[in-house]
Amino acid sequence: MSGAPLSYLGSAGSKAHQVVPLTWFALIVSTATCLIFAALIVAAVRRGRAEGDVVAAQAVIRGGNGLRWIFVSLILAAVPIAVMLVWTMIAIARTGVPPAHPALVLDVTPQQFWWRIRYRGALPSDTFTTANEIHIPVGAKVLVRLNSPDVIHSFWVPSLSGKTDAIPGQNNVTWLEASRPGRFRGQCAEFCGAEHARMGFEVVAQSPADFEAWRRGQLRSAPRPVTTEQVRGLAIVEYRCSLCHSVRGTIAGAGSAPDLTHLMSRATIAAAQLPNNPGSLRGWIEDPQARKPGTQMPNQHLDAAQLNDLTAYLGTLK
Amino acid sequence: MAELVCADPGPLPVGPVGRSGMGWWGVATLIASEAALFGFLIFAYFYVGATAQPGWLLEPAPKLFPALPNTLLLLASSGAAWWGEKGVERGRRHQAVAGLLGAFVMGAVFAGVQAYEWSVKTYGMGESSYASLYYVTTGLHMAHVLVGLVILLTLAAWTAAGFFSQVRWIPVSAGILYWHFVDVVWLFVFATYYLTPYLGFPQ
Amino acid sequence: MSRPAYRTPVIGDDGPELRARLQAIWETKPGLLGFLGTVDHKEIGIRYIVTAFLLLAAGGVEALVMRLQLAGPDRRLLTPEQYNQLFSTHGMTMIFLYASPVLSGFSNYLWPLLLGARDMAFPRLNALSYWVYLAAAIFLYTGFLVGAGPNDGWFNYVPYALAEYNPGLNQDYYALGMILLGISTSVGAANFIVTAFKMRAPGMSINRIPIMVWGTLTASVANLAVVPAVSLAFFMLWLDRRFGTHFFDSAGGGQPLLWQHLFWLFGHPWVYAIVLPAMGMVSDGLPVFCRRPLVGYSLVALGTVATMILGFGVWVHHMFATGLPALSLSFFSAASFAITFPSLIALASWLATIWLGRPVVTTAFLFFASTILLFVIGGVSGLMTASVPIDLQLTDTYFIVAHLHYTIVGINLFPVVGAVYFWFPKMTGRLLNERLGRWNFWTMFVGFNLAFLPMHITGLLGMPRRVYTYPAHMGWDGLNLLISIGSYIFAAGVLLFLINVARSRRGGAVAGPDPWGGPTLEWATTSPPPPYNFAVIPTIASRHPLWEAALDEEEARSSIHRGMLLDHGKEALATSPMDAEPERIVEMPEDSVGPFALAVGLLVLLFGLLHFQPWLSAAGGLIVAAALLAWLWPRRKLLERAEPAHG
Repeated sequence: MSGAPLSYLGSAGSKAHQVVPLTWFALIVSTATCLIFAALIVAAVRRGRAEGDVVAAQAVIRGGNGLRWIFVSLILAAVPIAVMLVWTMIAIARTGVPPAHPALVLDVTPQQFWWRIRYRGALPSDTFTTANEIHIPVGAKVLVRLNSPDVIHSFWVPSLSGKTDAIPGQNNVTWLEASRPGRFRGQCAEFCGAEHARMGFEVVAQSPADFEAWRRGQLRSAPRPVTTEQVRGLAIVEYRCSLCHSVRGTIAGAGSAPDLTHLMSRATIAAAQLPNNPGSLRGWIEDPQARKPGTQMPNQHLDAAQLNDLTAYLGTLK
Repeated sequence: MAELVCADPGPLPVGPVGRSGMGWWGVATLIASEAALFGFLIFAYFYVGATAQPGWLLEPAPKLFPALPNTLLLLASSGAAWWGEKGVERGRRHQAVAGLLGAFVMGAVFAGVQAYEWSVKTYGMGESSYASLYYVTTGLHMAHVLVGLVILLTLAAWTAAGFFSQVRWIPVSAGILYWHFVDVVWLFVFATYYLTPYLGFPQ
Repeated sequence: MSRPAYRTPVIGDDGPELRARLQAIWETKPGLLGFLGTVDHKEIGIRYIVTAFLLLAAGGVEALVMRLQLAGPDRRLLTPEQYNQLFSTHGMTMIFLYASPVLSGFSNYLWPLLLGARDMAFPRLNALSYWVYLAAAIFLYTGFLVGAGPNDGWFNYVPYALAEYNPGLNQDYYALGMILLGISTSVGAANFIVTAFKMRAPGMSINRIPIMVWGTLTASVANLAVVPAVSLAFFMLWLDRRFGTHFFDSAGGGQPLLWQHLFWLFGHPWVYAIVLPAMGMVSDGLPVFCRRPLVGYSLVALGTVATMILGFGVWVHHMFATGLPALSLSFFSAASFAITFPSLIALASWLATIWLGRPVVTTAFLFFASTILLFVIGGVSGLMTASVPIDLQLTDTYFIVAHLHYTIVGINLFPVVGAVYFWFPKMTGRLLNERLGRWNFWTMFVGFNLAFLPMHITGLLGMPRRVYTYPAHMGWDGLNLLISIGSYIFAAGVLLFLINVARSRRGGAVAGPDPWGGPTLEWATTSPPPPYNFAVIPTIASRHPLWEAALDEEEARSSIHRGMLLDHGKEALATSPMDAEPERIVEMPEDSVGPFALAVGLLVLLFGLLHFQPWLSAAGGLIVAAALLAWLWPRRKLLERAEPAHG
């Protein structure tokens, strides 16, 4: 559905294709049921409405065989419920079992309040880590392995797949398969603390060629800084940001916050909360707590010159 | 012509008579709820055990001494309490007090042995989820034992003071019903923690 | 005076002299001790209802503040922490402190009147259950008022609730307070069960009890069985937080999902426990305004019990996204579908009762009849969640928020307000104003649907629940504004209700004993009823003791004004569980401050435990022990011990 990125009434992948028609069927049957009951209630009141409004003055009589109503309604309800039950079982069978031979395996690790994504390659040199933006090739079955290092989160990309919880100490799996290219919004769907509301991510489905180009780009280390501003910016990254972040090719190698090696290749920052442009990036670094109260990123108290240097360097991380 | 139905019973017991009375129903519902509590504790053990990593069981072969004789002692105390209740029923005050005190002493020894078992464990309740479950389950049972001991002692004192007759003794029956529950539920706790590891659970 | 062990009850007629004698025996003494010590089920019932409505108002105000925050995207009225405490406290309040206690209040008030009894089986336990409920509410709200309210939703998943992620006192307040509330619920449930089986008037066999009794009885059996699960879960949580155990944290070998299993083993039956008695109110109230007996009594009663039995087996449908095997998903999905059928019985029965009756449209009727529609809406949306693949999309979105409000407001609050219109004249002797009543109903009905129907759509458009704010351009802005407006209209409707109650309590039209021409025993006594309820113990010959003449279906007629006198003291009659044959004369306890003292002791103990204050805990423990000993001391007057032997 255009204009509602998290809607699950439309689908862009094989799992959601199974579920969306079932959802519509259930919605239509449900709405019809409500309308029928509303009409029956109004008709019932109009039909036999007593004259006068003094309750105790009305005679008490037992009229008609009401049991028929109960049996008829049970039988009538059994039909759509049986359809839904069978359809549900079919859909469970088609969507519930993860693919045995996925084209791609991702380790997705949600944590307060962002998403770490690790692409596993055949070789260690084919493996890389990114954050908050999952790229997948269109038409490929992608296995997503979920684990949480802190509290329970839930992985959810409405137009591709329903929710799967990420639970500490438990390895859950789900899978995705996009049928067309596009950007699909995802969101944490289990309450996980202060910024649960702003724990989003995006899935970018690309043609296999585009995906491969993107993947190769992600494998590269960060470029060397060129200008003096960028050099000073790198110094700030290595001195401060490296406590939590990593930038491959520099000494920043910590893993408790998003990997910044290809920060500028991502469309958003702060777990899909803000667009990724120099202005919002600068504003975010200047005072993350003002933009996302409760985020794990502390205020850095950088002065204007430092902010210039830092954004200049970060701008090179394409 | 319509006919008025009016209950017109013969002689009815006034208040609790013998073993039956509202108090018995009250304790029975309390026991139902307490039984559910232990049911959930045992569910927690099996659930956590079934989903845990190998090696979860800190005692794969729990020592049955002194746990098994201690269990038998607790069962025997139920017998003593039952014998004491018969004493009240038959108007034999000495038998009644002896039975209740006998049950109390056996229960107290059980509690002492259980406390000893805790003291020689090599782990505390913060060791692992198994340890937490073990201590909290046996600890909650111990709390029930202690309450039961207070009840038995109080009943013995009241009986000795001549509070009860062959007609009125519902508090004795209600209290002893509770004690039977404390004993029976231990069988489940015992079977869970001491016997199922021998049956190979978990793994 | 020696009391014989057996006595043949004297049969006699209702009369002023008898009434005067019973009045002297049964009435509560005036003054503070009388106030704190009363064990009259009617007084306790009204206290329950009033307390529950005060808490409903508090929970409502919390919701209104949240709706200001959510009226538009990226609003900054509340910080995330404030919002999280508000939505959690709102849930806790409505589900635990309003929805169940208000039904306990009605059942407390009505049961002995419906059953032809003079009081509940255990009047002092009844008082205890109220005082402990009040203590738990005070304890939980103390946490909220000092800024340590629950902050992890009402179902409070771990590990977020553990000390590592939640270091404040918030979760300690919630855990200890919920354990205390569990005591209240459990003793209340025990009391209802024994009352239902032992305290019915002779002749009221189990197939003649009002449906509301079926509802509360079923709910009570469930509560007795499942409340220990949640009390245990909260106890384990507290131990994990404060004593370093490892029930829930995976680092110590604990299992975060253990919480969810224990919570929903309790939580799902609980959801039925907070609607079944209210459905009973509709089943008993609606026929009065339709001037015909309920259609399909036996099926509705069976449906009530069946709902709960199935309700025990569907707790996992709250956990579809936790990574369960497909086979188990299929099983719980099918069980969740099956639960539709017993609910449908009640719906069809109500509809048929209106259709085949001659409805008189009063405010109470409007509330009861609208329950049918709201139940259907909440029911079909619930049915959608039974389908695993749909649920994996719906769950934790506003669709669920809409669903649960249609069930809880639709099948609890609407019937309860209807029940107030219906039984207020019995409780106070005065009718609520009908004109204001219409305004009240339509404002609530329109406001409610305006607020909660669009939530289905924001849910389908993907709005997650429990978010303190949302970005613009998600397609939710306009709908959320509409929802906020609707919620204020709904609140205005509730306010009209409270105004009506306040005005009519003294100024309403005088009702007389039976303003509606009702079928059941409560309408056979005065409004408000005397402390002893019935001067003589009635004998029951049908499901509709007061409609027997009008329906003229059987030869036998219930005897209302002639029966056992039981006036030798504070006496009541116990009968057999199924056929209600007279079994025993019960000596009822006098008023006692023991229950109050016990609740105070528990509250002190809890504050001691909360703050790790050994002396305070010990003081609380001593009060508890002393109150229990005084309470349980066998009393000669209650015939729990023998008379002293005289030579």
